[in-house]
Amino acid sequence: MKLMHTLLTAAALAVVLGGSAYAKTLVYCSEASPANFDPGTTTGGNDYDAGARTVYNRLVEFKHGSTEIEPGLAESWDISPDGLTYTFHLRKGVKFGATDYFTPTRDFNADDVIFSFMRQQDDKSPWFTYLPNLSYDYYVGMDMPKYTKEWKKIDDYTVQLVLTEPNAPMLANMAMDFASILSKEYADKLQAANQMPDLAAKPVGTGPFVFVDYQLDTTIRYKANPDYWAGKVKLDDLIFQITPDATTRLQKVQSGECDVMAYPNPADIPAIKADPNLTTYSMAGLNVGYMSYNVTQPPFDKPEVRHALNMAIDRDALIKALFQDAGAVAADNLIPPTMWSWNKDVKFDKYDPDAAKKVLAANGVTSIDLWASDRTRPYNPNFQRAAELIQADWAKVGVTAKITTEEWTKYREDGKKKDRPGAFQIGWSGDNGDPDNFFATLFSCSAIGVSNYSSWCNKDFENDIQKAKTTSDMAERTKYYEDAQKIFAADAPAFLLAHSQVYVVTDKKVQGYTQDPLAMHRFDNVDVTE
Amino acid sequence: MLRFVLNKLALIVPTLIGITICAFGFVRLLPGDPILALAGEHGVTPERYEILKHQFGFDQPIWMQYFGYIGGILRGDFGTSIETHRPVIQEFLTLFPATIELSLCAIIFAIVLGIPVGIFAATRRGTVIDQGLMGTALVGYSMPIFWWGLLLIIFFSGLLHWTPVSGRIDVRYFFKPVTGLMLIDSLISGQKGAFQSVLSHLILPTIVLGTIPLAVIARQTRSAMLEVMGEDYVRTARAKGLRRVRVVGVHALRNALIPVVTTIGLQIGTLLAGAILTETIFAWPGIGKWLVDAIFKRDYVVVQSSLLLVALVVMGVNLVVDVLYAVINPRIRVQ
Repeated sequence: MKLMHTLLTAAALAVVLGGSAYAKTLVYCSEASPANFDPGTTTGGNDYDAGARTVYNRLVEFKHGSTEIEPGLAESWDISPDGLTYTFHLRKGVKFGATDYFTPTRDFNADDVIFSFMRQQDDKSPWFTYLPNLSYDYYVGMDMPKYTKEWKKIDDYTVQLVLTEPNAPMLANMAMDFASILSKEYADKLQAANQMPDLAAKPVGTGPFVFVDYQLDTTIRYKANPDYWAGKVKLDDLIFQITPDATTRLQKVQSGECDVMAYPNPADIPAIKADPNLTTYSMAGLNVGYMSYNVTQPPFDKPEVRHALNMAIDRDALIKALFQDAGAVAADNLIPPTMWSWNKDVKFDKYDPDAAKKVLAANGVTSIDLWASDRTRPYNPNFQRAAELIQADWAKVGVTAKITTEEWTKYREDGKKKDRPGAFQIGWSGDNGDPDNFFATLFSCSAIGVSNYSSWCNKDFENDIQKAKTTSDMAERTKYYEDAQKIFAADAPAFLLAHSQVYVVTDKKVQGYTQDPLAMHRFDNVDVTE
Repeated sequence: MLRFVLNKLALIVPTLIGITICAFGFVRLLPGDPILALAGEHGVTPERYEILKHQFGFDQPIWMQYFGYIGGILRGDFGTSIETHRPVIQEFLTLFPATIELSLCAIIFAIVLGIPVGIFAATRRGTVIDQGLMGTALVGYSMPIFWWGLLLIIFFSGLLHWTPVSGRIDVRYFFKPVTGLMLIDSLISGQKGAFQSVLSHLILPTIVLGTIPLAVIARQTRSAMLEVMGEDYVRTARAKGLRRVRVVGVHALRNALIPVVTTIGLQIGTLLAGAILTETIFAWPGIGKWLVDAIFKRDYVVVQSSLLLVALVVMGVNLVVDVLYAVINPRIRVQ
């Protein structure tokens, strides 16, 4: 009898679980395991896909497929004329998703917003160190501690962010993953139960999906949030199947084991496009590959030498050799053409080895150090190969390049030294779609020794980007950035390589997928047809 | 016998101390550091770098860091991952059953196929069959695992659709792991078809991981058999008119197995090395992939503790093999 009972229970369980799996389920082959599910504590795109974009929302959101801002948990906002106070009017009636480990008793309100930011700001908060060796790297990386004066609760549905100085990109920062809004009620419960690390392991948010289960390095399961404030999503279940190898991911999509895959191998692109059962999405990524000349070190201290070195490189051939069938857009400016304020009138130095040779000979340039790393990056798939091709081009104009190759973290550590000699290959993938995130992060005077690998501090350029940062008038900001791009092109602190294409592959049955310029993988507007 | 085991155990202690020094030292000798790896492309200001260095304890003298690490281990604390902030031992225990399951299947596959192939080749010494089998074994031994794995996936999963591409079980099945061994957990779950799904997912990774041990065991069995077959007692058995099966299967094989058992023991290390690649290709959530990820991210804590844990396992297995060897061959105990 007991055996019969067990068998019946098992059969019923199988029907329930099996049955739910045949509901509208989307399986996404992701590229890596998330470090954890607290978007404040992580820095990787795969971490954010698994946490920030499924379980959580932010005060404002990036529109699908663009870097434009739209209302999120804040229905509207006001910015004071001096640019120092941001007042957010919060959406009412927003529920946190109920899970088997937490049932919320109240709706989202101002306390949740203040908790979500202050835990990263206030080093006296118990949440500042709730995990061993915790550091809120992205919050710090975006200079939030420097700009945040205070968060004020005006009432349950109004919060104010007061800044120490005007910072126009702040609104875009509020749409970033680290700005995800967590439940204070859940955090309080965990703190009382002495289970604080669960905040990163078992997330609770207001987002389109509710977390169900994570089996380490294997699968992450979510179900649709039935009370989602923007309306229940079309999928019933979402499964991330962690598949690190790109060839295996492709085989899984082709055999129907996965519906969507991240980051295909560039070499596989033609075969993928030829497969009638797959849909390929591609767009110019919000990234740039470049090579920084240290302008404080000879011979790079002379702009004419920098231009001549640029002109000596056959950039089209270089891009073709590096990106092959995946393709890339040759960069005319530091920011990609899809970003607002991109200056169409600015053109990069034309390939002209004869003219370059004369200038380099006149300046006595005969040898140069050229840096390469062992890592593949979206904006440069092969630093070593690029270095060899550039070396060959420079040899044609009488310049001998000595290639130094280093491991990735040591490479960047040595590269950012102010007195580093030579030309240093590097690049950037944008965080929030704001031009400031490229110009100020990569070439402001204050970034020297951190991420300004050219040690280039140009007064006029600095003036433009600082003014653009402190005004919230878009037309005015655009003008400043357009001018900054002209100055950059004239002074040539770097050789600009390309903005790479980014790909996503889905099964034909996947409908409504929108590719994201920030390389996020979002499934809240996706449907599957049988 | 007890004395034999105690002697073996006594050897493990200095080996383990040596491993802690190597694991702790080598990962720090690698260029790059975990703070920069964590900071990503944003970089980190020199001031913040110093703060984090202090927070992680990397500003302490190296010997203090080492003794802190040893002290932790003696208290049963293997530290916390810098990347995921989870206890290393928790991650190890979660992932290790997957590696055990795959390695066991691979070694069983290698033994079950390798020994008969070796015997068969030995009994047909010098024939085309012998040369063919040993030639194939050499190819198997020289096969790059990564290439072999992808080839099998593309052929059997991509073209023929006979086997799943990767993973441990179809995502339709969902149950909480009990033992971590999917073959057992799928049976416990009672879900219809789950066990078959696990079996089908095991086929390709088992073949890929088992190929090199299979080749080694087959070759070792063949040469050991050939050596034994020339012995006087085998000739005597034959002269007595015993059946060929009995001569080979009982008189020759039993003695030929002694070096084969040692070879199988030595394959454990090879299996763990092969597991790193096999796990990556087949998205198999084991410790191989975990360890490589930790090395790339310069997660010192995970690398130094997991290497020690893996070494403990390998030494444990080798101890068992040594004991088994002593059981099979009593002369070893006396030596």
